[in-house]
Amino acid sequence: MASAAQTVRRRPKLRAPTVTRFRHWSLRGAAITYLVAMIVVPVAAIAAEGFGQGLDTFRAAMASPGAWAAIRLTLVASALAAIINAVFGTMLAYILVRYRFRGRGLLSAIVDLPFAIPTLVTGVMLVAIYGPNTPIGRAFGSAGIQLMYSQLAVLLALCVVTLPFVVRTVQPVLLELDTAEEEAAQVLGASPWKTFRAVVMPAIRPAIAAGALLAFARALGEFGSIVFVSGNLTNKTMTAPYLIFQLTNQFKPEEAAAVATLLFAISFLLVLLTSRLVRTERKEAKA
Amino acid sequence: MSVATEPPRMIDITPGSADMRRRERRRRLVRGGVVALCLLYLTFLLLAPLVGIVLSAFAKGLPMVVETFKTPNVQHAFLLTFQIAVVTLVVTTLLGAVTAWVLVRHRFVGRRVMNALVELPLAMSPVTVGLACVLLFGRGGWFEQWFTARGIQIMWALPSMTLVTIFICIPFIIRSVAPVLEELGTEEEDAARTLGASTMQTLFRVILPNIRWGLFYGIALTTARAIGEIGAVLLVSGTLKGKTETATIYILYAFEERLDTQGYIVALTLATISVVMLGVIEISKRRKIREVMG
Repeated sequence: MASAAQTVRRRPKLRAPTVTRFRHWSLRGAAITYLVAMIVVPVAAIAAEGFGQGLDTFRAAMASPGAWAAIRLTLVASALAAIINAVFGTMLAYILVRYRFRGRGLLSAIVDLPFAIPTLVTGVMLVAIYGPNTPIGRAFGSAGIQLMYSQLAVLLALCVVTLPFVVRTVQPVLLELDTAEEEAAQVLGASPWKTFRAVVMPAIRPAIAAGALLAFARALGEFGSIVFVSGNLTNKTMTAPYLIFQLTNQFKPEEAAAVATLLFAISFLLVLLTSRLVRTERKEAKA
Repeated sequence: MSVATEPPRMIDITPGSADMRRRERRRRLVRGGVVALCLLYLTFLLLAPLVGIVLSAFAKGLPMVVETFKTPNVQHAFLLTFQIAVVTLVVTTLLGAVTAWVLVRHRFVGRRVMNALVELPLAMSPVTVGLACVLLFGRGGWFEQWFTARGIQIMWALPSMTLVTIFICIPFIIRSVAPVLEELGTEEEDAARTLGASTMQTLFRVILPNIRWGLFYGIALTTARAIGEIGAVLLVSGTLKGKTETATIYILYAFEERLDTQGYIVALTLATISVVMLGVIEISKRRKIREVMG
């Protein structure tokens, strides 16, 4: 008994025993080595090769056919997909949280599907139903709309792949939100739309923004689903990730690295921005 | 005093009044409209394509499915995918758990940077990851000479394909274990120590049982991602037929070789495995939430 009390009293004053310190440092060392070897080194290689010669490599990369068009398509299609999913994602999150109906659990699981299904398979699925040889594809084709192997196909694939992001960021915020305010607005005579805009929207706006940013960042780098549905035509349906792929295969890895750095820098900034957005929001919620 | 605007009309809020009935009707209409719109969107983007792939896979009947799985190329592709997934799982789970532990429990300079580093692979295009591998181990790459001199083949073979998959999967375990560890606190652990438990006993009897659902969730996410990876693997595999062809690469080239049905069958198989993983994810997510909430 006396010895136990002694240990408790002594612990904070003394340095940790050598064995503990050794264990401490070996764990930390393992973690740091893991992240440095697996993440820092590859990223450093990309940045160094891409911009080691200044902007020249990047200019050379942009000189290859369809480079600008590819980057433009990626930016525009990703932004559109993020906006579309911001709208539908908010609606989906709202009905999942606020409405009670049969099949709600199933709907929630379906929303998560794009996270689980391999992106290439997503592309295969789209071609299976909307490809030019399918009834739906033919019907759209005769109306003059080419669903697959077009820029529309790129947008469609990106919409599928980024579908869960906004739903999953808005949902927890909505769950926390008290329904009393909404009910009060209703009783005071506000229409459903007015209630949503004036009461719900201000509370979930940061979450929508965070989800949309994540979706955009994810869409920028998307490869698996697009490679299959777009046809990868230079100047038409080629995206930036495919440009990187092509440049690497043409034995111009430095030029590929320049494009990759650009894409990655945009995307990483957005991801960091998002985690900051979510953090401040959480702090506000706690305050 | 002249009043220019009419005062807002007060509505009758007694239950069953005309005002309330009108309002209820309108609410139902809006509600039905929103649900219908969402269902339409999901059908267009997800449900119809799912039906499409199932129909296409079984378009030539069951014998074709059996035959596809008997093809050596298909079998080898699945074997390769399995091998890569297993190695990735072992590495990311072990080192990921250690990293999560260090990030949550240790305080040191650079911890924030480490936290940001963990998010990095999420921001990277899979193609970029493959490219990094080429730059490090490919012709004229940073480490190419060292490995060639020792006769170790990294590129266009299993090692490079596994390395890129590990890179992509690093965040999943760490991000699902760290929050659970954080919520867990050190109380139980300290109690175990005070009662004289050894480190190993504390680890297996106290810590692991407490974080197992978080760990499970991370493992499910990692598996789903590892078997479905294409961009990075495609770039470093060299796509040697029947040698470095994973299941996803097989799908991609099946369509170029007009083996559409085989492609659909393999794709459906991968989708099925992923959907099962999703079920596991959903269950462990619920358990994890319950664990965190206490």
